[in-house]
Amino acid sequence: MNVVVCAKQIPDPAAPQSLDPHHNLDRTGKLILDEADTYGVEMALQLVDRAGGGEVTVVSMGSAQDVAGLRTALAMGAAKAVIVSDDSLRGTDALGTAKVLAAVVRRLQPDLVVAATESSDGYTGTTPVQLAELVGLPSITFAKSIEVNGSTVTVQRQTEAGFDEVTAPLPALVTVTAGVVEPRYASFKGIMAAKSKPVEVLSVADLGLEGQVGASGARQTITEVVTADARQAGEKYVDDGDGAARVVSFLESIKVL
Amino acid sequence: MPLDTIWVVAEPAGDSLTTTSLELLTRARALATTVVAVSWGANADARARVAGEYGASTLYDVGELGGALPGAAVAYALAGLADATPPDAVLVPTSYDGRDIAARLSARLDRPVLTNVSGLSDEDGLVTEHQVFGGTQVVRARFTGDGPGIIVVRAKSFAAEPAGGAPAAVVAAPSGDVGAVGTARIVSSHVEERTGPQLEDATVVVSGGRGLGDAGSYALVEELASLLHGAAGASRAIVDAGWVPYSHQVGQTGKTVKPTVYIALGISGATQHMVGMKGAKNIVAINKDPDAPIFQIADLGIVGDVHKILPAVIEAVKNHG
Repeated sequence: MNVVVCAKQIPDPAAPQSLDPHHNLDRTGKLILDEADTYGVEMALQLVDRAGGGEVTVVSMGSAQDVAGLRTALAMGAAKAVIVSDDSLRGTDALGTAKVLAAVVRRLQPDLVVAATESSDGYTGTTPVQLAELVGLPSITFAKSIEVNGSTVTVQRQTEAGFDEVTAPLPALVTVTAGVVEPRYASFKGIMAAKSKPVEVLSVADLGLEGQVGASGARQTITEVVTADARQAGEKYVDDGDGAARVVSFLESIKVL
Repeated sequence: MPLDTIWVVAEPAGDSLTTTSLELLTRARALATTVVAVSWGANADARARVAGEYGASTLYDVGELGGALPGAAVAYALAGLADATPPDAVLVPTSYDGRDIAARLSARLDRPVLTNVSGLSDEDGLVTEHQVFGGTQVVRARFTGDGPGIIVVRAKSFAAEPAGGAPAAVVAAPSGDVGAVGTARIVSSHVEERTGPQLEDATVVVSGGRGLGDAGSYALVEELASLLHGAAGASRAIVDAGWVPYSHQVGQTGKTVKPTVYIALGISGATQHMVGMKGAKNIVAINKDPDAPIFQIADLGIVGDVHKILPAVIEAVKNHG
């Protein structure tokens, strides 16, 4: 079974973030594999293991100058990576990104596409299902577990009340929520092997998408960025045995107790 | 000049509609002359009464989906309707199914989608507001080009207020044959045991974070929540670590809550978390790091060991007369 995992290299969330003069997220610093994507990579690797054959391909869009984030996925066990990188993609929105990823998925013809529910930098959360629609795949979002039996994928999908068991015929797309599997740490052997695994770099022209994606295709514009009203800090105490009493009397003062 | 027509994806909740759907209907009727609800499931008449009460004149009913996930079927119905008479905008609740519908509709109509919207105004066209960097900055955006914009709105962005309107007229909106994309089917539903109110509706929310130290300590968070008749929430860090399910997550990628009091236990206050809870009327924080960002927005901050203070709070609340 062949699985494509959509992954994104993002600025380290631990570092301070800012918007550039074009109101795009500043991505000039070091990029890492979005932690949200590591769960999908882990699930995909497990599914391929259980199927007893096939491979995991990581598909991404963004700058190919630094692919350390994709190497992280390769070190975990993915077989190869494809990244679409092109200056004309600057300012691409979620639908444009989905068009780019869809073009790659159509080439690779996987049995299953796995993606995170949303990225940790943009949080748009629509790209995977837009991709599914463009390719013509059924989709199951918010998966906490994925099983494949023959040509059917069965997913436990989060709901407000608990979870639904949902099935779809392959090929299909599934998005996973964080925390549902323990992503493996890359072994030393894995890290060494990742250095020689193929990372294919494609351009917009390679995919025949000239003029369809990029800032001009985004059709939405940021008009301004304003500072929000700040909430004022209240009282702060260092606990010297009276911490609990202070909490309780605060709750009394607002009539919660 | 108000907008002409706004469609609202009105998600069924039993015979009624979800709270976020009602919030969107309320906002839509202030922005547009005509508000249309688009809904699905059994008993359309009951939902049309609710939609009408909140300002919709028409309810397009996609009908029962026979176990299919709503995403494809509802998006295809919307796309068919929009081809015939495009609205100015389609408002969609941020929810599990809402995002599926918005994403498929966007690809189907080849129109962009704006998500995480927390404010909407009409300034010679719709302007959306999005909180970024923990809500310290607000990005304002608008669509360009022809065709309806698709707008996915966070819960609690607006108050839901009935207007006492007559039931909306029910119009069938068949989605037709959606083909392979509509083949995802719900086989069975599992309800996890839950006591107390839903996270979004609770007047008291008690949340735990990485500072709890281990998954087992989350039981104390749940105990205090239960004693205060509230709901238990969580930071993304402990959801990612697998301590608690995603449905408990408060923040940018999780739920937005606006309780009377939000009690943050061992939560440092990452920007991702703050977006989901800074609208609380009161915030209490206990954290051992005096420089934790959560203290910058807390009404009462206690710098100390949550493992000492929390059991004492629980004991005091139990004995409270």
